[in-house]
Amino acid sequence: MAELTLTINGQTHKVDVDPQMPLLWVIRDFIGLKGTKFGCGIAQCGACTVHFDGEPIRSCSYPVAGAVGKKITTIEGISEHIDHPIQKAWIAQQVPQCGYCQSGQIMSAAALLNHNHTPTDADIDAAMSGNICRCGTYQRIRRAIHQAADLINNNKTA
Amino acid sequence: MEQSSNIARRKFLKITGITGAALVLGVGFSEKDKIARVFNMSADAGQSHELTPYIFIEKSGVITIMNPKAEMGQGTYQSVPALIAEELEVSLEQVIVKFTSGQAKYKDQSTGGSSSVNSNYFPLRNVGASAKEMLIIAASKQWNVPVAECYAENAKVFHKPSGKSLTYGQLAEPASKLDVPQKPKLKDPRDFKILGKQVARQDIPLKVSGKALFGIDAEVPGMLYASIERCPVLGGKLVSFDDSAALKIKGVQRVVKTERVLGKIKYMGVAVVADNYWAALQGRKALKVQWDYQGYDQFNSRDYEQSLRVLSKKEGLVAHNEGNFDRQFAGAPHKIEAFYETPFVSHSPMEPMNCLAQWKDGKVEVWLSSQGAEWTRDTIAESLGISKEDVYVNMQFNGGGFGRRILQDFAVEAAGISRAINKPVKVIWTREDDTQLGPFRPMTFSAMKAGLSNDGKVTAFQHKVISPSIDATTAAKYDKSKADETMVEGISSQPYEIPNMKNTYVFSDIHLPLTWWRSVTASTVAFPHESFVDELAVAAGKDPLEYRLEMLTKPSDTKRVLTKLKEVSGWDKPLPAGKGRGIAQWVFFAGLCGHVVEVSKQKDNSIKVDKVYAVIDLGTVVNPDNVRSQVEGAIVMALTAATKDAITFENGKTMQSNFHNYRMVRMNEMPVIEVHILAEGGPVIKGVGEPGLPSLAPALCNAIFAATGTRIRKLPFDLNKIA
Repeated sequence: MAELTLTINGQTHKVDVDPQMPLLWVIRDFIGLKGTKFGCGIAQCGACTVHFDGEPIRSCSYPVAGAVGKKITTIEGISEHIDHPIQKAWIAQQVPQCGYCQSGQIMSAAALLNHNHTPTDADIDAAMSGNICRCGTYQRIRRAIHQAADLINNNKTA
Repeated sequence: MEQSSNIARRKFLKITGITGAALVLGVGFSEKDKIARVFNMSADAGQSHELTPYIFIEKSGVITIMNPKAEMGQGTYQSVPALIAEELEVSLEQVIVKFTSGQAKYKDQSTGGSSSVNSNYFPLRNVGASAKEMLIIAASKQWNVPVAECYAENAKVFHKPSGKSLTYGQLAEPASKLDVPQKPKLKDPRDFKILGKQVARQDIPLKVSGKALFGIDAEVPGMLYASIERCPVLGGKLVSFDDSAALKIKGVQRVVKTERVLGKIKYMGVAVVADNYWAALQGRKALKVQWDYQGYDQFNSRDYEQSLRVLSKKEGLVAHNEGNFDRQFAGAPHKIEAFYETPFVSHSPMEPMNCLAQWKDGKVEVWLSSQGAEWTRDTIAESLGISKEDVYVNMQFNGGGFGRRILQDFAVEAAGISRAINKPVKVIWTREDDTQLGPFRPMTFSAMKAGLSNDGKVTAFQHKVISPSIDATTAAKYDKSKADETMVEGISSQPYEIPNMKNTYVFSDIHLPLTWWRSVTASTVAFPHESFVDELAVAAGKDPLEYRLEMLTKPSDTKRVLTKLKEVSGWDKPLPAGKGRGIAQWVFFAGLCGHVVEVSKQKDNSIKVDKVYAVIDLGTVVNPDNVRSQVEGAIVMALTAATKDAITFENGKTMQSNFHNYRMVRMNEMPVIEVHILAEGGPVIKGVGEPGLPSLAPALCNAIFAATGTRIRKLPFDLNKIA
């Protein structure tokens, strides 16, 4: 056990856990943020995606000790009022079905749009192919990412 | 009397969690004529177990609608309450939707067979319409004006001439004193505001913000976590275990035996209970367990495949017989035969199986993702030997179902562990557990035969299914003397006008747990059937779409679907060299859909799936955008099943374990999908969740044949390795 300090969605949390425990379980069951999901445990499906300083990582396979000092963002932290351009586009395109993978999909998409405001289909393939959706919402995810990019670009020019 | 009514009321509050409801309407069966009617339950809410409350209107104006169907992605969170809301004249933003909890009174809360909307379409509209009429009558009495001068809109009743209005909350109590109209007037579909419209789903904002609560997200104070070690050879028995190392791991509290129940199948397991899930997993790794494989370590799926091929030579039990197949086939100038194979597959919903159970004083409360609250309740009650009334089910959003969450094995495990340790516990399966332990879709092989006349017409046709049976593996009794209706579902109801047809079934025993998988048997028998029809068209030298239409001279839904597909896919426009298109359709218990798939041969000889056109026939549509969503999803699931991995066994063990070797179609492999809906209204309402799946695989393989000349008769296959 070790006492660790984590910065999640701008707040600091002290946890006393096995430093080898994957960050996922700390976020879900010690901090209590349930939006980040467990899908595979081996970084194959992306349901557990969160950001370290804006970059996507798979929290199911990341020992919590490695998260100390990082700016961690989870799905709960990307907007206060469900109004991140990606969330708006996701609602407009009615993307989710069961919704279980969508936190991870949105975090991967948000990371893509952080440094690419005009993603091509190939960029989307590259950024999103680590996230599985068993319900098969990929076509809508693609459309929603393009729409979110437009929203961001329109805001910039407005 | 007063006391018993208070008890009943308390029980009722427990059931629904709704306190100050003034007007409660439910459905029940009339003692007199046994016809389902709407009942006023306001005064004795919950006293009568025969009555099923659906609408609660509180004086404060809060309106709650009970939803008996699980939300697993298919949209029932919107589509089922919409049936009530439409007639009640409220928007879905104005109501709270609650899942039912398995009480017997809600009867069928099972979610499957694409039936949620069609089975509730009229009953729930009736409930909404009755409530609206009562509220209107209550208002007209209050104002002392004729009923005809009043109308309902936006959760209020208005008096047309004066413009005055009363809210449903203000009217709930006086309305509750009125008789329930026996035949409420249902709205003309032309006046619908929600049904048939592109309405946003209310669960989606929750699902894009991490706020939707799934089974795995449930918590109660003092809750522990469990991971269960089970025999890696399905069918093996627990001999003994050594938990000394496991108990030394910090956080591990208990190690207990568990039972996993799948119908008549019972598997033992060893659960490690800890104060966090990671510790439970570490403890599980530290267990030393001795299993007796019971000889099942001799099982290899490759041998089983071979045994099905041998069995296919048997005549089979007759499932359908029309005309004289044997004579016509024997005398046919052209005989075509082909053998098709589909594998075991796993459901693999993104949310692994899990259940939180809290045992207290002989009763158990559970929180889980399940496809049927009453299935959960009944299975736990039966397995634990307690009464159904002592099981309370809290339905959460399902992170996918696809048939897997019909079985309640994981819920029984959790309830049993909680009873054993007398503490609340959440069981979470790993992805490896989910992939390896079943239940699986049954491996299903098909032997096809047809006789063609000299002008290419089908004069004799046979589809023989050779497979293990879902019922035989889980149900207490199984009749081997009859063709298994479940395993041949749909093969005899395709509307092709073929004069002599004999379809048969050959049963094969197996020890593995099997269950329904999205679209059930259609997901395995449509592929051989519709691929074979394509083979016949090729043998006859005809266009596969025209060939099908020639066998559909009478008007039929299938004919309309094929005609529409021809139009929307530009079927008659020639494709450049190296590209091909294929068509297939399937009509079965859940509904009807057809696909045209376009593929292209790449420079490296691999095949790219470029585009899929789908036409789904519905009769009446409740939410067109959600229908498109479901068909898109069914196509992806079918594409995964056709082109990724099978579940295979060596020495009794499942060879696939997680998404690296049981792969899913991903973003970079997505074809463009275009969904068209045939909905001409009328009383017929067909299913949505499943029909988009079965005809994808044959349409794809028919397209690959068109592009390459290679006929695929075994699933799955690799798009990168087609000759």
